[in-house]
Amino acid sequence: MSSAPILEVTDLVVEYAAPQGQVGAVDHVSFDLAPGEFLGVVGESGCGKSTLLFAIAQLLSPPAAITGGAVHFKGRNLVGLTDKMLAASRWQDLSVVMQSAMNAFNPVKTIGAQFKDAIKAHQKWSKDKIRERSAEVLRLVGIDPIHVKSYPHQLSGGMRQRAMIAMALLFTPELIIMDEPTSALDVVAQRSLMVQIKELQAELGFAVIFVTHDMSLVSHFSDRLAVMYAGQIAEIGATRAVFDSPAHPYSKGLLDAFPSIRGPRVHMTGIPGNPPALLNPPPGCRFAPRCPVVLPRCHDTPPELYPVRDVLVRCLLHENVKGGAHV
Amino acid sequence: MTYLLRRLGFFVLTLWAALTINFLIPRLMPGSPATAIMARFHGHISAATLKAIEVSLGVDTGQSWLGQYFTYLGNTFTLNFGVSVQSFQPVSQIVGAAIPWTLILVGVTTFIAFIIGTSIGAIAAWKRGSKADSILPPLFVVGTGLPYFWVGMMLIILFAEVNNWLPVALGVDPGIDVGFNAQFLGNAFEHAILPAAAILITSVGTWVLTMRNTMVTTLAEDYIRMARAKGLPSRRIMIDYAARNSILPNLTGFAMSLGFVVSGSVLVEDVFNYPGVGFQLIQAVQNEDFPLMQCLFLLITVAVLLAVLLADVATALLDPRTRNAR
Amino acid sequence: MATPVTSAGVGDTPAAGETPQPAGTAGVPGPRRGGGLYRAIRGNGKAMTGTIILGIFVLMAIIPQWVFPGDPNAEVYARAQGPSGSHLLGTTAYGQDILAQVFWGARPVLIIAVVAGAVATVLSVLIGVTAAYVGGVVDDVLNLFTDVFLVIPTLPLVIVIAAYANSHSLFVLVIVLVVTGWSYGARQLRSQALSLRNRDFLQAAKVRGERRSYIIVFELLPTMTSLIVANFLSAALYSVLTAAGLEFLGLGDTQSVDWGTMLYWAQNNEALQTGQYLWATIPGLCVAALGTAFALLNNAFDEISNPALRPVRRIRVKRAHS
Repeated sequence: MSSAPILEVTDLVVEYAAPQGQVGAVDHVSFDLAPGEFLGVVGESGCGKSTLLFAIAQLLSPPAAITGGAVHFKGRNLVGLTDKMLAASRWQDLSVVMQSAMNAFNPVKTIGAQFKDAIKAHQKWSKDKIRERSAEVLRLVGIDPIHVKSYPHQLSGGMRQRAMIAMALLFTPELIIMDEPTSALDVVAQRSLMVQIKELQAELGFAVIFVTHDMSLVSHFSDRLAVMYAGQIAEIGATRAVFDSPAHPYSKGLLDAFPSIRGPRVHMTGIPGNPPALLNPPPGCRFAPRCPVVLPRCHDTPPELYPVRDVLVRCLLHENVKGGAHV
Repeated sequence: MTYLLRRLGFFVLTLWAALTINFLIPRLMPGSPATAIMARFHGHISAATLKAIEVSLGVDTGQSWLGQYFTYLGNTFTLNFGVSVQSFQPVSQIVGAAIPWTLILVGVTTFIAFIIGTSIGAIAAWKRGSKADSILPPLFVVGTGLPYFWVGMMLIILFAEVNNWLPVALGVDPGIDVGFNAQFLGNAFEHAILPAAAILITSVGTWVLTMRNTMVTTLAEDYIRMARAKGLPSRRIMIDYAARNSILPNLTGFAMSLGFVVSGSVLVEDVFNYPGVGFQLIQAVQNEDFPLMQCLFLLITVAVLLAVLLADVATALLDPRTRNAR
Repeated sequence: MATPVTSAGVGDTPAAGETPQPAGTAGVPGPRRGGGLYRAIRGNGKAMTGTIILGIFVLMAIIPQWVFPGDPNAEVYARAQGPSGSHLLGTTAYGQDILAQVFWGARPVLIIAVVAGAVATVLSVLIGVTAAYVGGVVDDVLNLFTDVFLVIPTLPLVIVIAAYANSHSLFVLVIVLVVTGWSYGARQLRSQALSLRNRDFLQAAKVRGERRSYIIVFELLPTMTSLIVANFLSAALYSVLTAAGLEFLGLGDTQSVDWGTMLYWAQNNEALQTGQYLWATIPGLCVAALGTAFALLNNAFDEISNPALRPVRRIRVKRAHS
């Protein structure tokens, strides 16, 4: 494993044009990803995690657009490139798994035809090779290759999701980004899908960015965890560190909201209030209005990401001389 | 399979409804068609002709309505439509002569309008937000507001009166023999240009707007984004993923709109004196030629119904979701 | 003839007789208050243009007795005159002032459009929404009924009915237009009502114990206002064009003064061939203009009721290359 990160996101800003003005969906997000690493990105609805994902893959459409920052994938800045320029590396080096396979598959083409589409867009393989590879990736995810001839609506939900992962593996890319692929599944299917992904990752060595709102699910499988709030990264670090001893009051609140199946019964506390409207975000810390341990200066001083033990946290409680840093 | 059976059932049912409407209308109107005809001829009408007319209308005054109904159905299925009041020719003959003209004019023009309209609509949706998309759709919206016959008239003025370029009446110049020879075909084609243009101008707008609207909705779907993510070339996404999924739900709707196009072409034929089915219908109406009128109405309805059925079959073939009853 | 514009919902089962497909929207509630409506029109170029044109015609319909007093049908002027100072558009072959007839003709045309359009829309709402909300067998039956009417080609049907009807009055015309024009809207409205049916606010009303008719009228319909308006405009468009066509063929009241009958008389007198172009085309131009106004407004309301169709904003992006 080389030590150079395969993905470097630097100060990424995504805005979209709403009738009332420009809204910032992602605000100066930065992080690196090492080869083969599994990064989980969690947060509540509307925090910008899916937008971040699509921004990285350059899949945003109007009214949303990247208005600042860079995304260096294997050394090349993807921001500003046209679809044509990106086509070469798409799917071969970077592929995508979406939330609902039913919606992500073209309903009038067979699974096999959609695999073929992806392949033919990049390689001139023979018909046999295409067939072989399609069968191979289906077997990798545990689907009978006979389903190459099936239409999306003929598969069960779990199978469809796995078929989508199979499609993402066609060229054994180095990075697969996944947008809540388990949200549409029941808990049993969720876990089995996650286990499968981990196994494949161990076997094939690709990196994963996994976006979800289900913190407890992803924490079993991720190497690092990033918590997003209101378009910013609130905390990021090794999973165990973030999960076991969350530094940011928001992360703490999130984790406290999950009852433990084995631990003693505790009084559940939610996080009161709502995330801020991003048309005019609060001048200081964005979590300040809801924070249980807020300081007066939190309302007007925007915190940077400060290193605390193994994590970076965006909270003035942990402010230190070194200031914000890249991890 | 069940899908097709349902559609077939619908076809039969609507056909029956059309037949029944055709049967009921003259009877529900005040006065009886027979007396109207009598009045028209001031009593100077041979018993045989009157009988023929009554037969075609199913108005056998000796029978009850139900009896008349079954006679009427029987006549229809044996293609016995009686005799034209205007020319005393068998109706089926008159109609038979008119069909090819309309079939070619309306058929070909609608097909062209469909292809052009759908393509423009797809491209406009694909280039959403561009100049083309801001100008073209509103232009076509204006097109849908124009009356068919007025467009025909304007074309006549433009192309025949002001500049004597194209013929504006009839199907062919009189004196040319009908037949599959170059002279006839060339002349007929010339005569068809303006009527076809009128139909094209007025009807293409609807295809454009429908396709654009559906396509815009389709383009918001996840599988389009997925296709982009896979690095597929733009053209392929537009055609294979977006357009294909946009046309399918519209196929049956397109076929139904055919009814509106046929309606419009009736007027166009009238303006141009083009000897098709529509023209004959107008003539029949203006001369109270009920047997001819009934037959033509039935013909037009059946044609549209067939088109709808064909569209249903096409949908069944092209859309895999309809094949499995899920 | 007006050919209906549709936007099928993707994922709808494509077929008439089943879940209907030419559906206008994804079921987003339209503006509920007058202020919102005004703003919506102001912001939409098509709507503004349509409203202005419509306004002109409405004005024409209100004032003819002051601008052109007297009977516009009276054959008092010199015949077949070209445009002049006293007759801005010339006179007909019968010696009638063309411009006067155009002004007087606006009223019946607008009345037909509005009345036929409104009644057809009411029918569409009744049948379409009931079918969607009540569901089950009622839905199937109403659906079939709607589809049958939808498929039967309108003009031939209209022609046949008008031909048989002995009296060619405005009333018969309106009836015929309503009977042939309601089915398309019923399908569209049913489709939208279906997509709204399971929304929470309706379930809440049900749980509260409200009667079904109450729920339909006071909870469901207000959210469908834009689409209902769009349907009305579409029905009005259809009425204008079809009525003009019928009158052109001589199946309307040939003694009345409106644009369609003007065209009929022009055609009868071979106006085109004898060079009386104004007589032959101006009434048609008015029909076309009014039709365009309705078509533009209809399209604008389609956009208002379905945000997905509205123009998309773009952000100005700096292209940063590394």
